Amino acid sequence: MKLELRGITKRFGALIANDHIDLVVEPGEIHCLLGENGAGKSTLMNVLYGLYQADDGEILIDDVEQHFAGPGDAMKAGIGMVHQHFMLIPVFTVAENVMLGHEETKFGGRLDLAGARAKVREISERFGFSVDPDALVEDLPVGVQQRVEIIKALSRDAKVLVFDEPTAVLTPQETDELIVIMKQLRDAGTSIVFITHKLREVREVADRITIIRLGKVVGEAEPTATNAELASLMVGRAVDLTVDKGPEKPGAEALVVSNLSVIDARNQLVVNAVSFEVRAGEILAIAGVQGNGQTELTEALLGLQHRVTGEITLDGKSIRNRSVREVLDAGVGFIPEDRQEDGLVAEFTIAENLMLDRSTGAPFIRGGALQRGFIAEFAEKKIGEFDIRAQGIDTLVGKLSGGNQQKVVLARELSRDLRLFVAAQPTRGLDVGSIEFVHTRIVQTRDSGIPVIVVSTELDEVVALADRIAVMYRGGIVGIVPGDTPRETLGLMMAGEVPAGETSQGGAAA
Amino acid sequence: MSDQIPGSGQPQEDLEVSQVPPAARAPEPSVATTVLRQIVTGNALISLLAVLLALIVGAILIVAVDPVVQQTAGYFFSRPSDMLQAMWNAASGAYSSLFQGAIYNFGAADFASGIRPLTLTLTFATPLIVAGLGVALSFRVGLFNIGGQAQILTGAVCAGYVGFAFDLPPVIHLIAAIVAGVVGGALVGALVGVLKARTGAHEVIVTIMLNYIVLYLLRFLLRTPGALQAPGGNNPKTPPMKSTAIYPLLLGPNYTLHLGFIVSILATIVVWYLLNRSNLGFQFRAVGENPNAARVAGINVKNIYVWALAISAGLVGLAGVAQVLGTVTSGFGESIDAGVGFDAITVALLGRSRPWGVFAAGLLFGALKAGGFAMQANNSVPIDIILVVQSLIVLFIAAPPLVRAIFRLPQPPGSRKLRTPRPSSKKVVVTR
Repeated sequence: MKLELRGITKRFGALIANDHIDLVVEPGEIHCLLGENGAGKSTLMNVLYGLYQADDGEILIDDVEQHFAGPGDAMKAGIGMVHQHFMLIPVFTVAENVMLGHEETKFGGRLDLAGARAKVREISERFGFSVDPDALVEDLPVGVQQRVEIIKALSRDAKVLVFDEPTAVLTPQETDELIVIMKQLRDAGTSIVFITHKLREVREVADRITIIRLGKVVGEAEPTATNAELASLMVGRAVDLTVDKGPEKPGAEALVVSNLSVIDARNQLVVNAVSFEVRAGEILAIAGVQGNGQTELTEALLGLQHRVTGEITLDGKSIRNRSVREVLDAGVGFIPEDRQEDGLVAEFTIAENLMLDRSTGAPFIRGGALQRGFIAEFAEKKIGEFDIRAQGIDTLVGKLSGGNQQKVVLARELSRDLRLFVAAQPTRGLDVGSIEFVHTRIVQTRDSGIPVIVVSTELDEVVALADRIAVMYRGGIVGIVPGDTPRETLGLMMAGEVPAGETSQGGAAA
Repeated sequence: MSDQIPGSGQPQEDLEVSQVPPAARAPEPSVATTVLRQIVTGNALISLLAVLLALIVGAILIVAVDPVVQQTAGYFFSRPSDMLQAMWNAASGAYSSLFQGAIYNFGAADFASGIRPLTLTLTFATPLIVAGLGVALSFRVGLFNIGGQAQILTGAVCAGYVGFAFDLPPVIHLIAAIVAGVVGGALVGALVGVLKARTGAHEVIVTIMLNYIVLYLLRFLLRTPGALQAPGGNNPKTPPMKSTAIYPLLLGPNYTLHLGFIVSILATIVVWYLLNRSNLGFQFRAVGENPNAARVAGINVKNIYVWALAISAGLVGLAGVAQVLGTVTSGFGESIDAGVGFDAITVALLGRSRPWGVFAAGLLFGALKAGGFAMQANNSVPIDIILVVQSLIVLFIAAPPLVRAIFRLPQPPGSRKLRTPRPSSKKVVVTR
């Protein structure tokens, strides 16, 4: 079965997630869709699967145009999807999960479980899956759960299988097994779309590679292409983001992180023995593909993670395992990566949000009461100083644009007496004007002698701001390199490869 | 160990929940909280229209159960005017009685007795207002305090015990009884808060279960001589309150209105100040609107939960105080809460969890209660109709789109359309 996408366009408000994407998947090939997080790969596949309706463009199967109102239509047309997050019911058995959604019944409405079991056995024997149809899904390892998803898709006669970042949740061994399975499926005539941002897997399994960046197809490559070629295509050319930035004047070591590890709520080691230091008056950028431990690292710095080992000292004093309040009082300013979820209260006014993390004492609170005069005065001043475009200080923050929301967060954090400034994804989703504003403020903060950490998945941003760059991969720091390191090298490091001749600091996990 | 590190992507919640120690998880807004937030932020017009709609449906029910209407319906096709007349009489008569029973009795001889229904309304409203304020406060912090019954009973027991068992000078005795009632209620709330903060127990379940625990404990104490049971009595009832401990009547012995109503006005002012002018209220509201942002801003969300539930339950306990020291001073039994604990939820919803909104809603419910008795006495309309009206008010408030559709109001700006589920990621983020 030949699958063709023509000119698929999908917008979310002003955001163009897919911009006229063309893609052809020939029968019996593994077609890799490669791109950074947020490049629009998943959106494209959700359009294909009927979860989103495309604003423009068409889907053709064997040269016949298709209209999918929902996943049911897509399944009927022979498209199966293995989601990154499995769509399985943990307390059901494998057979029950496989029949879910198209249950067959016998006389009297009894479920035909025997039929489902037989089907599971048949498919798992065909591909050597060794899956017990009567096992409860919650008892199975993640890799086997994924096979259940594959069986589920195959049991509905899927001719095109879409794997959405299938290796994200797998161990290396499970990944190797999955690659074998994908090759088997291809040899049996199934077309496979394989979405990923991991270069090594792509080269191992792909027959053809399409690279997507910022919602557009930026190129096709052969599996024989080198990692460097793929990385440069994926990361793209430098967008001319000029930041007016003089040479840094680093002072004494301010923040020292040594041997820091974080275990998250799922009992997984998400930050693995990381060590680095930030000096006063320098920007350390933490680069890396999303989900390699950067989020948890910043949360650990702020006291938001509970199971933290190792040591964090700021100006010689330990701030590890302190409450968030104590960390803030120690002079840490923080821009969270999800400003709407963690940085702002949407139903609060600008003035209220500007004092959100200072609700414990003077000058905003005296004698347990809000100092409304001071709060209003402060808000008026900050609106002017940070160029926050709003009707007034009583405008609800939820009604502001993303750029203005971020300026509110920035204004709040930078008006405190800072000893350290941590900005996580400070320009995510912002327009170019706001990006410039935020970048300028970050550099000004550095120049005033404050140590700054910028966490970003955007290489452009990292290169524009950083004095030094630490690249994270799988919870560890692959290496800490100077700010003028070529982006090809950075791209390789983000894929977990330690380039020859670069000094590697900290615990590299890979 | 590095094998287990996910290469990318958000953690998969549904599969891993069982492994997560409850205390380690950040508070996450649940579906219930989202619904709650929508109800709380609904506009006042919706509340008014909900009341209006409920009264209209109530009228239809009154008409339907009226015997004259049923009789005239038998010959509807020969003389339809009879039935229409009977329908009008039934509805207008009932609502006229409701008004005269709740506000002003036009049939009374003089103003002094004509205004008596209004004072009755205010008396009924007193516990509803303070309990409503308590529940509303919990709503503003994003918590469902369903344990009004337990907290009222505890407040009543503590205040009542101080009221009948101690001998104290006049004013001091009253103050001591009030404080005992408030502290008693607050301790019940604080218990819920501590359980939620420490173990992650959901406050809805804990508060509901505490309703039973306190009720049956009270029943036991009321039947145990030497505990709460009046000496020498066989009924499960306490001794009467000492005269030094009861709320003084405001308008003399001819009226039931007592000092508790003034207390409820003061409580409304205090809650308004607490929520809108104090730093504790600021933190309450921040946690209620966005617990994640509050946590990142250094607010100790768990402590806030404990404080909020304690203050919320303390206010509900104050309603119990009004019951035993104001409404029923001759000793109380296990039904002293008079359903206020649950009506308070309705009052808080109708008042959109704003202090003065709750005050107005409490007055309305007090009026419905007072007028309902008159309606039953004068027009033999079952008082259950009033309960139906009250329930319909909640139903309409809980479904703003329904009210908007009926009155053809526009969708509120900023309301989001239902989106298709996003299977692969928390958000579709396209940078730049």
